[in-house]
Amino acid sequence: MSDVLVVAEHRRGELREISHELVTAGRELADDLGGELHVAVIAGDVAEFAAELNRPGIDRIHTVAVGEEFDHTVYAAAAERLVERTGAAAVVTPNSVNGLDYAPAVAERLGVPLVTDVLEFTYDDDLTVTREMYGSKVETTAAVDGDRFCLTVRGGEFAPAEGLGEAAVEPVELDPPESGARVTGFEEVAGGDVDIADADVLVSVGRGVGEAENLEVVEALADALDATISASRPVVDNGWLPKNRQVGQSGTVVAPDVYVAIGISGAVQHVAGMKGSDTIVAINTDPNAPIFDIADYGIVGDLFEVVPELVSRFE
Amino acid sequence: MKVLVTVKEVAEPDDDFAIEGTDIAASDLEYGLNEWDDYAVEAAVRLAEAGIADEVVAVTLGPERVEETIRKVLAKGVDRAVRVRDDAFEGTVVDVASKVDVLEAVVDEEAPDLVLGGVQAADTGFGATGVALAERVRFAHAAVVNDLEVDADAGIAHVHRELEGGVEELTDVDLPAVLTVQTGLNEPRYASLRGIRQAQRKEIDVRDLADLGLSAGDVGGALTVTAMTEPESESDGERIEGDAGAAADRLATVLRERGVGAS
Ligand SMILES: Cc1cc2nc3c(=O)[nH]c(=O)nc-3n(C[C@H](O)[C@H](O)[C@H](O)COP(=O)(O)OP(=O)(O)OC[C@H]3O[C@@H](n4cnc5c(N)ncnc54)[C@H](O)[C@@H]3O)c2cc1C
Ligand SMILES: Nc1ncnc2c1ncn2[C@@H]1O[C@H](COP(=O)(O)O)[C@@H](O)[C@H]1O
Repeated sequence: MSDVLVVAEHRRGELREISHELVTAGRELADDLGGELHVAVIAGDVAEFAAELNRPGIDRIHTVAVGEEFDHTVYAAAAERLVERTGAAAVVTPNSVNGLDYAPAVAERLGVPLVTDVLEFTYDDDLTVTREMYGSKVETTAAVDGDRFCLTVRGGEFAPAEGLGEAAVEPVELDPPESGARVTGFEEVAGGDVDIADADVLVSVGRGVGEAENLEVVEALADALDATISASRPVVDNGWLPKNRQVGQSGTVVAPDVYVAIGISGAVQHVAGMKGSDTIVAINTDPNAPIFDIADYGIVGDLFEVVPELVSRFE
Repeated sequence: MKVLVTVKEVAEPDDDFAIEGTDIAASDLEYGLNEWDDYAVEAAVRLAEAGIADEVVAVTLGPERVEETIRKVLAKGVDRAVRVRDDAFEGTVVDVASKVDVLEAVVDEEAPDLVLGGVQAADTGFGATGVALAERVRFAHAAVVNDLEVDADAGIAHVHRELEGGVEELTDVDLPAVLTVQTGLNEPRYASLRGIRQAQRKEIDVRDLADLGLSAGDVGGALTVTAMTEPESESDGERIEGDAGAAADRLATVLRERGVGAS
């Protein structure tokens, strides 16, 4: 019998949705292990977060009121402390930017294996996890050696826990640890003249376009369709389009009526930002590009051939 | 100040690939420098060019094949490289703690002030090595850095961490530190002809585990891949067949049905 510790995530006063998803994942794992589910709420208004998190499936919520915002040193120390206190065999955190800023440290401190970006797991004497590799082109199952482990779970894979729970909420004392990294502020970077989240139709361009000069090919399509141009990350990293055009995890989440992905492979961080679109069209030379897995209409072809043809149909 | 850059050669599948056993067939894989590490290398070389770093050393764990990729990194301005070889690093999936066992030994030897690595390796996508290493060697750290300014006198790296949704966290990190570098931090250079020539004379120090005071048991590997499959499609989407013209006809119809380009 082993318990599970899930660590919730919040940012600038808001609990993040993945926290509720982790409750579902953590409950499944706790059932497999035959133990209890503990949830840790660390920093900020812990009482309020605990109340919002308290949904069925949780046995105990531990609040650690140290600091306002995420600080990886505090998170790692608190997780370690709670593992000692609860005897939890598994620590489950979000596979978010902040999750990846402390989960590896937790695994190191506990001396347990770490598996990141987990999509699914089963426990039957041993833990087996499902992950992706090669930019989502393949799925792997892997066996994890050991009966204690630390997992980071991908967002959007588990349904968020719903309803009103009755878990006991317990405050836990923690001396603020010395931290070698101090947060001094936040900055919003994706602002500007256009908000791609407002567009009904997005013509979105990826690295497949090759170089900045070729953008005119897709711009012609956007004109013809009366659509807005957006892009995947490399196009923005290369400075071909401004940051406010970036769709995805670290850009903008969009859900237009029609999303036309051109020369975009469909990496998880991109898909996270557009999978809610009503109709997804993909044009890509690679028949195995993961974008086709979520596309409603897929054309395996060269964008430099297909796109000009398409433009001509609207002239 | 000394900068250590961790670099990985990653495998990218060809458009058509076959799965053999628990991995993609080696003949269907192309190898190259991990995209994220290219940005880490550029950041390190710029620190040297700015007179902030005296030496930039690259470290990699991998088979002999990776030396070609390491030469490219040397050609971009890295001073020298350390390659740690072991049979355990022949395959693609080496678990994070095993890599950290080795990288820890290299950090102990090299005693860098700053370690730069990528946010993630494009093939295995763990996204964990840098932070785990920092914890092991008791360096400060920051993950997913997309802006970097090093104040060597003050012993601080001023960084931005790129969070989700267009928000960046501004953080001061004490040196020595490990930073994981996000794409977009800079514009990675192409190696110049002169750089490529110079790289031929630069040192790649090949080390065994024993040289680092480790044994095979230390890189045990807590993770064993047991199966690999192509993911099932989540949509029952339509593959539009035919040449570009026919495909454009069909797609134009689909788009018009949805009111696109109607005006
Ligand atoms: C923490 C983190 C956050 C991230 N956030 C984001 C984000 O917000 N948004 C984002 O997009 N990415 C993000 N990424 C990056 C992501 O992992 C991928 O690297 C990126 O999405 C790849 O972009 P791409 O599909 O344009 O390029 P690639 O993956 O290189 O794909 C290019 C595609 O173009 C196709 N192609 C090539 N030539 C042609 C042609 N002539 N015609 C048609 N098709 C062609 C290729 O087959 C390929 O599929 C993030 C990564 C990390 C680690
Ligand atoms: N085999 C390796 N040799 C050297 N550095 C590595 C290796 N594997 C991972 N790294 C470094 O760790 C980063 C993150 O990799 P990962 O945690 O495996 O996703 C990479 O971008 C590299 O900088």
